[in-house]
Amino acid sequence: MAAMLEVKDIHCGYDGAPVIRGLSLEVCEGEIVAILGANGAGKSTTMRTICGLMHPEKGQILFRGEDITRSPASVNIRKGISYIPEGRRLFPKLSVRENLELGAFTVTDRAVIEERLEEMFTIFPKLRDRSSQTAETLSGGEQQMCAIARGLMSGPKLIMLDELSLGLMPSLVEKVFETVDLINRQGITVLLVEQMVQEALDIANRGYVLQTGRVVHSGTARELLDSDEVKKAYMGM
Amino acid sequence: MMSSFLQVLLDGILNGLVYALVAAGLSMIWGVMDVINFAHGEFLMVGMYVSYWIGFFLNVDPLYSWIAAGIFLFILGAVTYKLIIKNSLGKSAMAPLLATFGLSMVLKNFCMNRFTPNFRILQGTILEGKTLSVGGAILSVPQLATALFALVVLGVLYWMLKKTRLGWAIQATAMDSEAAELMGIKTENIYLLVFGIGGACVGITGGLMTSYLAVYPEVGSLFSLIAFVVVALGGFGSIPGALLAAILIGLVESFSGFYIAAVVKYVAVFAVYIAVILVRPKGLFGW
Repeated sequence: MAAMLEVKDIHCGYDGAPVIRGLSLEVCEGEIVAILGANGAGKSTTMRTICGLMHPEKGQILFRGEDITRSPASVNIRKGISYIPEGRRLFPKLSVRENLELGAFTVTDRAVIEERLEEMFTIFPKLRDRSSQTAETLSGGEQQMCAIARGLMSGPKLIMLDELSLGLMPSLVEKVFETVDLINRQGITVLLVEQMVQEALDIANRGYVLQTGRVVHSGTARELLDSDEVKKAYMGM
Repeated sequence: MMSSFLQVLLDGILNGLVYALVAAGLSMIWGVMDVINFAHGEFLMVGMYVSYWIGFFLNVDPLYSWIAAGIFLFILGAVTYKLIIKNSLGKSAMAPLLATFGLSMVLKNFCMNRFTPNFRILQGTILEGKTLSVGGAILSVPQLATALFALVVLGVLYWMLKKTRLGWAIQATAMDSEAAELMGIKTENIYLLVFGIGGACVGITGGLMTSYLAVYPEVGSLFSLIAFVVVALGGFGSIPGALLAAILIGLVESFSGFYIAAVVKYVAVFAVYIAVILVRPKGLFGW
């Protein structure tokens, strides 16, 4: 299968302090790919660089064959890359509906927006009940649902999910991963960052393990789950 | 006795409405970008000169020339953002503050140099000298028109922010500019627009004010000071807050001026300000 997203040997950092040192990865159309690793391994930085919130000092990023290395996030979403950042980052004083509407900011056709809103309210019925409440009044789980729905409103080809499970209770974590699987079955490619290695690899096709800004392991989800090193380092087994 | 009370009350409200529109521009720029525009009062002064010269040379009444003043100040605001603010953002918080302070000096002294410090007042405007009697109080029609106009513009601004996609995008940029970028909002353009709107607010106010106020290079200073008080009092970034705070300030000004002494009216205004800062620093209606 042709790669949808190709990250080739990128280097990046903050104020000259290197965080990513020569990282390469690939995501094929229709896949769920997990990026795993401990805190500070550079997972979120990788995501931020791919979506265009920051740019690499070296290396190249291709999306569906097009070079997007220097293209900003507000342009990348128009190309079909939607990034749901760590910590949800909803607009706290806006209502759930307004948050979702902004998710579709790049969509100009009113009918399409209404259709997608309806779709989101079907997947996440809680959001329909809460649609006129401000985002800050939602519970943690509802906020995560709202963030995912907002990320889907633009009708992305690739959705990038950063630490979805963070701060959610276990029963909700399961629900969130089920939702990711559901989204993927609708034909949206998924790239996710997770600390919950087991759960992430249960739904992923492939995974990359990051350590200090480099890929140290990669393989199919099965291979990673069976790898002693991964088990020892990240699953406490 | 009763009629003088009504007179003072109405004067305070009318002045307050004008302050509200001046403050709304300042408040919006602060709310979205965390930048204090020290040249805001001078923008008002420029708006007044635009309307004055159009009236003087082309004989167009302020009732119409406010449109030109609004557009001119929108452009001046946007250019200020592009040339000055944009480059000072991300540096020290003092950078945009001092840069706009410098701009205020440039504008004031430019007008001083070109137009002399003399007071200029438009003669023969449509509303000149017209008054309206309300229950014994006498209202100046030009001032009433400006105040009502300010209220309408504020209403439109508020509606735009609350009910349109563009308004939500502006609010989103204010709350979390990075998340806004992720939605596909080009925050750079939002900043430009907000600075333009901030300018247009004072452009429109200044444009209308020439029908009853004299224009001179220092005219913006007091308005600018009062606008800072209103914004701090109303809570930074809140338009309804600015409206209520501005009316409150207008009333404090007119009541203290009438019942205590005209010379102490600004003492009272700034005393209220100090009291609020001490007791409730986020402002009366702030988040």
